[in-house]
Amino acid sequence: MAGHAKKTPLWDVHKQLGAKLIDFGGWDMPVSYPAGTIKEHKAVREAVGLFDVSHMGECFLRGPKARETVAKLTTNACESAPAGKAVYTLLCHPSGGVVDDCIFYKKADDDFMVIVNASNTGKDLEWFRDHASTECDVVDVSAETALIAVQGPKAVAMVDKLATGNVAGMPSFTWTEGEVAGVRCTIARTGYTGEDGVELACRNEDAVRLWGALMEAATPLGGLPIGLGARDTLRLESKLPLYGNDLDDDHTPLEAGLGWAVKLDKGDFIGRAALQEQKAKGLTRQLVGFKMDDRAIARHGYEVVDRSRGAGELAAIGVVTSGGPAPFVGGAIGLAYVPTALAAAGSKLTIDCRGKDATATVVSGKFYKRG
Amino acid sequence: MSTFPADLRYTHDHEWLRAQGTAWRVGITQFAVDALGDITLVDLPKEGDQVTKGQRFGTVESVKSVSDLYAPVSGRVTAVNAALKDAPESVNSEPYGKGWMIEIEPNDKSETDELLDAAAYTQHVASQ
Repeated sequence: MAGHAKKTPLWDVHKQLGAKLIDFGGWDMPVSYPAGTIKEHKAVREAVGLFDVSHMGECFLRGPKARETVAKLTTNACESAPAGKAVYTLLCHPSGGVVDDCIFYKKADDDFMVIVNASNTGKDLEWFRDHASTECDVVDVSAETALIAVQGPKAVAMVDKLATGNVAGMPSFTWTEGEVAGVRCTIARTGYTGEDGVELACRNEDAVRLWGALMEAATPLGGLPIGLGARDTLRLESKLPLYGNDLDDDHTPLEAGLGWAVKLDKGDFIGRAALQEQKAKGLTRQLVGFKMDDRAIARHGYEVVDRSRGAGELAAIGVVTSGGPAPFVGGAIGLAYVPTALAAAGSKLTIDCRGKDATATVVSGKFYKRG
Repeated sequence: MSTFPADLRYTHDHEWLRAQGTAWRVGITQFAVDALGDITLVDLPKEGDQVTKGQRFGTVESVKSVSDLYAPVSGRVTAVNAALKDAPESVNSEPYGKGWMIEIEPNDKSETDELLDAAAYTQHVASQ
């Protein structure tokens, strides 16, 4: 990585907490704190965890034609959502491949906020600008915005106590503006862990104060700061896809099992024709969840093989896109693109784990579902 | 910075060795453990297998990564820590104790003379 890694406004706090920092998409980010990934993962499942996700990109689409622009850019019905709703969507290429996945926060027909993946922020903004109406401004506020996720069964009640308004009464996937610990925030009932929780966006200069107040409230509850390591294991247990692993330019949302976020009947959008055609023809490959049968861990990039087809490359029939240990549900799990014939729950997969074949079983639904 | 036990010998690949009769017990150092994070799987050879100095004899997997284990000396595997199958986290909690991995009977005893002592290994780690 050339040049200096970017730092979030909470970088000094992570250092003081003893975090192990790594380069992540050009950002110097905590991968774990002294508790370690497994304890951090369990703290989020059982209590509450704090995540600095300020590396993510935030922007606004504003203007008389904002609604029209959002309609064209997104596969989900973000444009017609009521004000105050947050909507998960894909951005697609004309081919149906995925540019990124993100959440649109609707304020009004002429005002939407978007939070995008850190590693795609530049690409997404360019994509928005290329396709936005001249009467829709794309306003990038990434550089001045901090984002803190508070996730876990104790998260909402904890934030509710610190916040103005009624955070506990907010339905999932809604958002509002308010104050938390005296800091002006966008409060969204969203997350990337499979747990209940909120994501708080505030100005950079308020981030340390907000984090401090949250940490002080979380510690007596058994809460911990959470690094990117546990963020990845948490999202994988909840079968939430990660762009660059499970989603990319070459796979469509239908193949990724995200058909629920593709509204083919909402009117035209970029990629609709290709997705409609793919749906009509049927899928040849699908993203599936699997659990390892053997004592082995299948990871990103490992091949799913059928040895009866021949040696070497001939045997490859699919690829693991995410995989690792599942700290809460146990064992090792993963996601893989496989031929549709192997996509049904119970199907057996053979995965080449660094030269050793291991078997796995396809499972349907999330590996972890909160009670 | 952790301190490394003075009674052990070390390799540049962050393994430790302890004389165990005529064999040498092998594990990974606290430095390696800190770098890896939570260890979730340890794959080891079988008793009786031959290992070759500098060649891979097993792997250790943490939540996020897979790392090869390199044989510090050539020889025959005389013991394997089977308990790591069900308790790989012992490597994190007791890297020099319950977290040991294998024992090797060296083919050539002089190979062990090339191993680092604690002072030399501490210097090696400081230069990393």
